[in-house]
Amino acid sequence: MSKKIARSFIDRVKRENARRDKKTVDSIERTAQEIYKKIMRKGKPMLRFPVRSLSNVSYDKKKGYLEIGRARKERTLTVNTVKGFAQTLRMMGLSRELVQTNDFATKRDVYYQSKNWAEAKFTDQSESDTVMDDIEALFSVDDVSREQLRFVPDEHGGAVAGELVVLDPDLDSGEIERIDCTRFGSGAYSIPSSVEHLSFETDAKFVLAIETGGIFQRLQSHKFWKSADCILVSMAGVPTRSTRRFIRKLSDQKKIPVYAFVDCDPYGISNIYRTLKVGSGNAAHINRFFCVPSASFLGVTPQDIIDYKLPTHPLKDVDIKRAKDALKNDPFFQSKKKWSAALEQLLKMGVRAEQQSLAMWGLNYVIEEYLPAKLANPGKFLP
Amino acid sequence: MTRKKARAGNKKTSKAKRKSNKKKASKATSRRQGGLFDSEPQPKSTRKATKKTASKKSGSAKQRSSATIDGEMAKEMAKKQKDISVSEFFAKNRHLLGFDSPARALLTTVREAVDNSLDACEEAGVVPDLFIEVKAINPDQHVVIVRDNGPGIVREQLPKIFARLLYGSKFHARKQTRGQQGIGISAAGMYGNLTTGKPMRVISRTSRRKPAIELFLAIDMAKNQPMVKKEVEIEVDWAHGTQVQIELEGTYKKGKHSIDSFLDQVSLANPHVRIEYINPVDEEPVIWDRVSKSLPESPREILPHPHGVELGILMQMMKETSARTVSGFMCQEFCRVTPNVVRKFSDETEGLGRRIDTDRHPKRLSPADVRILHKGIAATRIMAPPTNCLSPIGEELMGKTLRRNFNPEIVITVTRQPSVYRGNPFQVEAGIAWGGDLPGDDLASIYRFANRVPLQYEQGACAITQSIVASPWKNYEVQQARGALPTGSLAIILHIASVWVPFTSESKKAVASYDEILKEMRLAIMEAGRKLATHLRKKRRLADAERKKDYIKTYIPQIGIALQEILELSDTQRTKAEGKLADVLERSRKM
Repeated sequence: MSKKIARSFIDRVKRENARRDKKTVDSIERTAQEIYKKIMRKGKPMLRFPVRSLSNVSYDKKKGYLEIGRARKERTLTVNTVKGFAQTLRMMGLSRELVQTNDFATKRDVYYQSKNWAEAKFTDQSESDTVMDDIEALFSVDDVSREQLRFVPDEHGGAVAGELVVLDPDLDSGEIERIDCTRFGSGAYSIPSSVEHLSFETDAKFVLAIETGGIFQRLQSHKFWKSADCILVSMAGVPTRSTRRFIRKLSDQKKIPVYAFVDCDPYGISNIYRTLKVGSGNAAHINRFFCVPSASFLGVTPQDIIDYKLPTHPLKDVDIKRAKDALKNDPFFQSKKKWSAALEQLLKMGVRAEQQSLAMWGLNYVIEEYLPAKLANPGKFLP
Repeated sequence: MTRKKARAGNKKTSKAKRKSNKKKASKATSRRQGGLFDSEPQPKSTRKATKKTASKKSGSAKQRSSATIDGEMAKEMAKKQKDISVSEFFAKNRHLLGFDSPARALLTTVREAVDNSLDACEEAGVVPDLFIEVKAINPDQHVVIVRDNGPGIVREQLPKIFARLLYGSKFHARKQTRGQQGIGISAAGMYGNLTTGKPMRVISRTSRRKPAIELFLAIDMAKNQPMVKKEVEIEVDWAHGTQVQIELEGTYKKGKHSIDSFLDQVSLANPHVRIEYINPVDEEPVIWDRVSKSLPESPREILPHPHGVELGILMQMMKETSARTVSGFMCQEFCRVTPNVVRKFSDETEGLGRRIDTDRHPKRLSPADVRILHKGIAATRIMAPPTNCLSPIGEELMGKTLRRNFNPEIVITVTRQPSVYRGNPFQVEAGIAWGGDLPGDDLASIYRFANRVPLQYEQGACAITQSIVASPWKNYEVQQARGALPTGSLAIILHIASVWVPFTSESKKAVASYDEILKEMRLAIMEAGRKLATHLRKKRRLADAERKKDYIKTYIPQIGIALQEILELSDTQRTKAEGKLADVLERSRKM
């Protein structure tokens, strides 16, 4: 990449960042200004939060994610809410300061920062987390994400390997770090907690999002990405926000499909895959940033258990409960007939199978037979 | 502090020594008294023997069925069968009278003497002044002195009253009195005599113009007759009254079942009484001053109500009456009975199989007839008995004694209207003292009274306790664990006044749970509880308001700081905003 291009790229990122930061600060200041004006008029100030519960969540087929509804709850400043109000405002002040100093804070950092707030300090991190969730919901209405408020998750994202170059600009030095994900040997690239500033270079045909580290390890060490021309991402259970955001950006920017490869059990289907594709129910206010509507379900499907004669375990009570709950309450599964049928089939069979059960037919059966056979027919993947 | 400790240590060792001495001594006593009054529990065999002798029909032959039964055997046994004197019976069953442990013996002695004194004073229309002293001879032996300012007792009656069991004026009366059986004080004297060998000392003065008479009395247990050991005229510095002095084997204790606690409770239920008390441990005398200078209205005597009479008693009364017709008998011996009412009894008996002719002579009725008549009476609606025979403490005076004894933050008292159970009028009063000097976080202290007499034992078995536990204290802002007494800075007193308080046993420790009585008790407690709740809620509201005011002051500056930070306000702007916000919140403080 030439220096000129690099500079223009950096400038673009900087402009984009500045635009986002201004939006964040504007949102915070506008909210504070409303409160201040109300106080000066001797009125009772209030904050309006989107209601965060499943009753206020719907699945929008066009947009492709679980969306928060219009229900709002108002919190008026009264004697009983004065403490929470003070804490919310102080945390908003902290966020504004973080933006202005171009810094960030984790949940734990925020908790310790509050110790400077005299009586408004938190005595337990769970208290500060709740207020942070409130603020996140409050500003999600203005399209401002938690990362834009400079509150970052403690956990880092999943691992990435394959035909991908990640461009990570260092805004201070003006250099762009080019990270080639084919060159980690037997290791892998680790998704950072904030991914907004990243961009990508790739010719890969698809992204394979994998539930377990074990399968990721096998595909990575046998360079499956080379033969299949793809990018491997390890989710390690339910994907974190940054993993979801990373896959989403990659898929959006490069217009490549995402295939999920998880265990065939209600947890793999209704928790891992559903969260990856349409977001989670109790954080619906952020789903629009943190989901991958283009994802589809490669396997392991209930039909695979029959087709590949996979060894199984019986479904546990929690599994059955989870599957029934998904059929009954989850707007996503309700709107996809194929999924309802698949879940019914799984319940009828009363068994579950792990990704790694394919190892029964040989350790590399998954690479040599299963995945190639599956990838030959992406149209048959579950939605 | 250290001196006290050392003294306590000495006490222990000397106590232990004396204990071994005591065993020897008690053996000696029992030999001297012919084994009638062992200080150890009765061996089983002796008790069995007593029973056999007591039953007139000989059942003992059964055990030796191989023996030939002829008239001689019964004659032989008849020689051994004789009346047991009441005194002898009680000597062997002293636990029935409250002398089963040395600590209880001392308390019972004081209780009986105090009850007697109070009843005597009130009957004579004198506002009672009591003087009580307990002196230690040694830790296991004490002298109890109880003196009142009553009318005194004439010389002839003194021996009978103090040294004969079951003698008195109260047993037959249908009237609210403290003592009921008339065995108390003489039993205490007898117990003292048996355990120490010392006679009871009684001093009585009936008038300022006469000298006092001093008698030393003991009971001839075989005959239930008083024995006057010594008699003199002496000078005393009080004008009239009676003083009893008993030396007995007994131990002095503090705590719930102590004499101190008993007198404290007497003072609660008797606002008109002044008590001066010297105990063997503390140097200063304890004085409870009266809060009322007038005597409570004297309880009136009433005839029994037909619904309260038991079949056996009815039969007995019919045998003893001077009336010549059943109708006359009923009208004469019972309240609320007129010839018209008797006719209704008769009508009811018709439905029960046989019409009882109420013009017949009462002595002519067969037991079966009386049984039918008794059922007929039960089936007839009769006007409730008069209730003006009761003497409650009263809301105002109960409140005063509660304040004096507990120094609480608030006192609530409730006196219910009189009610009736099984033909007996009764009246319930409840008082609650809350806060102040009362300890918090403990179970509430319960003070139970029957006819102004404190009940100190068997709290759990008592209708009073049951009714307190069954009340919904949580509704009254007071904590209460399931099935337990309420918890908190709380003293609860409950008084039942009745011509005949139903006790669970002869030793008069706990009130029996009749539905009517439980109901009245619950209503009294609930009424008091609701008033307490009103007070506590108001108190909490005020405290909440105060707390919220603090709350506002604490957090408003934080809102000010945050706004200043975000909006880059000047200090003046911030202060102004804080002031306005405080105004807004103060005004809307009522939540």
